[in-house]
Amino acid sequence: MRFLFKTDYEDDIRLFPHSGYVVSYGSLFAVLLVAPYVLSSYLMSQLVFVCIYATVGVALLILTGFTGQASLGHAAFLAIGAYTAVYLQQFNVPFPVYFLAAGLLTGVIGALVGFPALRLQGIYLVIATISFAFIVEEILARWESVTNGNEGMRVKALSLFGTAVSRDSPAFYFLCLAVLVLTIVGTLNLLRSPTGRAFVAIRDSETAARSMGVNVALYKVKSFAISAAITGFAGVLFAHKLSFISPEMFTLQLSIEFIIVILIGGTFSLHGAVLGAIFIVMIDPFLTYLKDDMPGIIAGVAATLGAGKERAAHIQDGIAAFASLNGLKGAIYGVIIVLFVLFEPLGLYGRWLKIKLFFQLFPLYKRATFKRQKIYVKSERNR
Amino acid sequence: MLDFVQQLVSGVALGCVYGLIALGFVLVYKATEVVNFAQGDLMMLGGFFAFTFIGMLGLNYWVGFAGAVAAMAAFGMLAERIVVRPILGYPQFSIIMATIGLGYFLRSVAGMIWGTDDFKIETPFSQGVLRLGSLVLAYDKLSVIAATIILCALLYLFFNKTTLGTAMRASSENMLAAYYMGIPVKRVVSIVWAISAAVATCAGVLLAPITFIHSNVGLVLGLKAFPAAVLGGFGSIPGAVVGGVLIGVIESMAGFYLPEGWKDVAPYLVLLAVLLLKPEGLFGLHVRKKV
Repeated sequence: MRFLFKTDYEDDIRLFPHSGYVVSYGSLFAVLLVAPYVLSSYLMSQLVFVCIYATVGVALLILTGFTGQASLGHAAFLAIGAYTAVYLQQFNVPFPVYFLAAGLLTGVIGALVGFPALRLQGIYLVIATISFAFIVEEILARWESVTNGNEGMRVKALSLFGTAVSRDSPAFYFLCLAVLVLTIVGTLNLLRSPTGRAFVAIRDSETAARSMGVNVALYKVKSFAISAAITGFAGVLFAHKLSFISPEMFTLQLSIEFIIVILIGGTFSLHGAVLGAIFIVMIDPFLTYLKDDMPGIIAGVAATLGAGKERAAHIQDGIAAFASLNGLKGAIYGVIIVLFVLFEPLGLYGRWLKIKLFFQLFPLYKRATFKRQKIYVKSERNR
Repeated sequence: MLDFVQQLVSGVALGCVYGLIALGFVLVYKATEVVNFAQGDLMMLGGFFAFTFIGMLGLNYWVGFAGAVAAMAAFGMLAERIVVRPILGYPQFSIIMATIGLGYFLRSVAGMIWGTDDFKIETPFSQGVLRLGSLVLAYDKLSVIAATIILCALLYLFFNKTTLGTAMRASSENMLAAYYMGIPVKRVVSIVWAISAAVATCAGVLLAPITFIHSNVGLVLGLKAFPAAVLGGFGSIPGAVVGGVLIGVIESMAGFYLPEGWKDVAPYLVLLAVLLLKPEGLFGLHVRKKV
């Protein structure tokens, strides 16, 4: 076990607390750099989506995880970023300019949403952000001169410094990875700055934060703006990856997926955004695998266990029929959400921490270390 | 003028359905201070139960209706026991997510069992209209309005006049104190979920002749019921119904008088306006912040 002796504040806020971090993150980074030359093009494509979802996850973590303001409207910010980029692209605006413009515009709109949100708490905020997302979706569908309505818009290939970057090329993957890494590093820096501390203070207790001199309104709006801007950047990449956007892509369903990303990953650490994004994006290939290979495998197992040939074929058909049922994905989503809320509220990253602590403290690990306190006096309403 | 009245009545009828769903939100909110995002899906499931009893098994309408309500009340209790009770006392966000997950699950499973087609239930009110001069009112819409008024009145009396209702309000204020006073809080919460699922079923069955039942109806209408509940002030039973009716009328008027597209957005614009100007809603309690 490693003991860290911190002698001053600089030690406490260091991004890499000890050399182990440099080694592990360095090797992870090296793996990610060689990934496009090793993985199949389908998995590469999924990896790009992981990067985009993780970027949105980080944005959502800033707002929901660290400032404590739940939002079910982030698909709208993603849409605004995507549409801004595609609209500007029509006028041959270079990529860096419209990339920044999309982030800026989304950030401004995020701040504008943040102002009304100052008066709202808990469920009211959730409902307000849902309404905001609905209104944006409707505007995108109706404002045909700019968004081409429900017909959707084609996205031209990205061109960076004069060279075209196809959406399946390694270069595009590196661009998404760079955006993700910059977002994560930027957010880590933000969180150890006074602004980030203020966010966390607001999450823990607004009253306490205010009495410590934190300008709650200002920081909430800031949090909304930053979160929206990052989502806007992700939106640009999302548009380029899909190469076609239309209003029905940015529905409540997508917002819920983003929330699931951080819920499954863990809402208290940036690791959660990445782990959750991997989980959500990989659920599709997993289900396809389930559909294609699982019936054969299980039938094979049944056959070796002594089931007759007919019986095995029967089992295979039954499982294949089950796996291709319409809506299985939705049911699995639902079950996963409920199971995580009930049994793993700290998410995948929380589970990792628990396992790590188990081995560090072996055999003294106690379950109660991570036990959450239940509060039966409902004070959220008049907090 | 006649158009206006016609739109008004159909708006009120639609609004009553929103009101009934919002009533479910309010019941759960009043008793446990959590919002059940799966309320619309409970309504959908209730509609499908009734469809199974009436349309497929060929039972009498009223018997099937009662059967569906009873079955859904039991289902509400079951859902509460499995999904909600273990996380009571945790932050609101957990329960919101759990009910969103429950909604996903119910929607998909209903789609698997009953398919994705639209279903219609034959009701005694499906046919026929009431003519008042040149005004034509369909019985199915009037039945929704009448049922809403009755349910609302019953629930209002229940919450304000009976011991159980008082116990529910007490456990909403402070579960721990209510428990010390001898209120069986767990059972109370369970009963509230049963009632709200039953109310949702009523909404689903009444709605069936108007918009049909399909597996996504709960999501669409459930989201429309939020503006209703917020407008009425979360936590007020008459407020939910009044809010629902207002939202229904606004939607119907916006669909008739404003250009296309406003109809779907209007309820949410109203919602945002209410949240900005009067967050406690029309009938809500104003709570002063105490430090």
